[in-house]
Amino acid sequence: MASPRHISVSEASRPVLPRHAKLRFDETRQVWVILAPERVLAPDEIAVEVLQLCDGLRSVADMVDQLAAKYAAERSAIATDVVAMLQDLADKGFLTEARERTS
Amino acid sequence: MSPTLTDANVVASDPADGLAALQRRGSTAETFGIPLAVLAELTHRCPLQCPYCSNPVELDRGGSELTTEEWKKVLSELAEIGVLQIHFSGGEPTARKDLVELVQHASDVGLYSNLITSAVLLSRERLAALANAGLSHVQISFQGNEPVVADRVAGFKGAHARKIEVAKWTRELDLPLTVNAVMHRQNLFQLPDIIQMAVDLDADRLEVANVQYYGWALKNRAALMPTLEQIEQTSRLVEEAQARLKGTLAIDYVVPDYYALRPKKCMGGWGRQFFNISPAGKILPCHAAESITGMEFESVRSNHSIAWIWQNSEAFNRYRGTGWMPEPCKSCEFREVDFGGCRCQAFALTGDAGNTDPACTLSPLHEQIFKLAEQEAAADHNRFIYRNFAGGTPEAEDDHGA
Repeated sequence: MASPRHISVSEASRPVLPRHAKLRFDETRQVWVILAPERVLAPDEIAVEVLQLCDGLRSVADMVDQLAAKYAAERSAIATDVVAMLQDLADKGFLTEARERTS
Repeated sequence: MSPTLTDANVVASDPADGLAALQRRGSTAETFGIPLAVLAELTHRCPLQCPYCSNPVELDRGGSELTTEEWKKVLSELAEIGVLQIHFSGGEPTARKDLVELVQHASDVGLYSNLITSAVLLSRERLAALANAGLSHVQISFQGNEPVVADRVAGFKGAHARKIEVAKWTRELDLPLTVNAVMHRQNLFQLPDIIQMAVDLDADRLEVANVQYYGWALKNRAALMPTLEQIEQTSRLVEEAQARLKGTLAIDYVVPDYYALRPKKCMGGWGRQFFNISPAGKILPCHAAESITGMEFESVRSNHSIAWIWQNSEAFNRYRGTGWMPEPCKSCEFREVDFGGCRCQAFALTGDAGNTDPACTLSPLHEQIFKLAEQEAAADHNRFIYRNFAGGTPEAEDDHGA
């Protein structure tokens, strides 16, 4: 089945990178990259940290909690930034949502 | 914290600069790290005969193609030196019997693989085998939105229907799909329908690529050149669709440079962020570079490594950076923006690849060439010369529907 389009990222989302978007460490250039169709995206350190949490199980709310604790930062500011970054990625077609679990 | 994503676009025609984003070197002109993506033209054989084919007019024969083992060695070497993506292209890459094996090898060495195909030779089984081998993206070329125009342009009966079928399989196999629509005077009127076709096919991306006029397309310029009115309308249409379809379909737009003020930043600059490997194994700064006569290009069959050829060969260094430029490029404030445009086009239109691309309004030849294009578009001679190994075949009188 085709992945759903027009994903709207919220704190309840459980995002995951689709098969065709690969987060990888580029050994030659010593940077993290997202490989996507005819594109290479260069996420910064914090974006990489967020993306590594995108396993299709964790909700965005969980990720934000985790990052807020780790960086001792204000939760609402982190939530805004994380949702915006993920939405940007989703708009480009490089982020999808885990399907609703039926169990 | 504020996580950001920099789009290090590897599409050669895109103004966003991949290398600059990833490498953060000092001067733009001096940057020529190992490309993020490489185009592998596996073969020049193709069942279609599109009159704007980007292959050189002198096509590589099947017998000169790299063998399976040679391509595998090339793929391994590319991954080793830091290339991240491979575009399998042609001719028609699926005409190679070993394509699944090559895609599997690309996956094994860690390359992200894109397939650029006309799709007409693919069965569902073969496409599934490619997906299983790790293929990550399929780009299918379309010549129109319906068979009458599309099959005539392709010079292949039944091509359009096959493409639609393969595009559907692509999405059923959960592979991302790019629709590539090459646009010219004789199909621009279909653009709104082509956009809708891409949406209906559940494509992620649509490339609206106006024909670039060298090689086969230059031979066919009179039959393909759009009118200025068509281009203005196209730009409006694309802008409107980009806004309307945000999040559903990404649309990349390649403007025909004859009608632009500034030339395109061809290949992101000669020898800066892209190379191409021809069917016979030549390492080229762009897929049309062999049209520049008198230049010698090194092969993967030589004693040199790919990295050496990229960094040190005479062909790559001849037009690299800005040092080679004559006036008006030399003192131009845009010299690191467009790198003087396209070397192949400069050669085709002025006889010297070292001249300013006449697409630039600052070229002394711009006015003359622009006028010629306008006249050709207005004359509306619509007969094609089809692309083939025989050097081209004129379309039959009763075929052209004009």
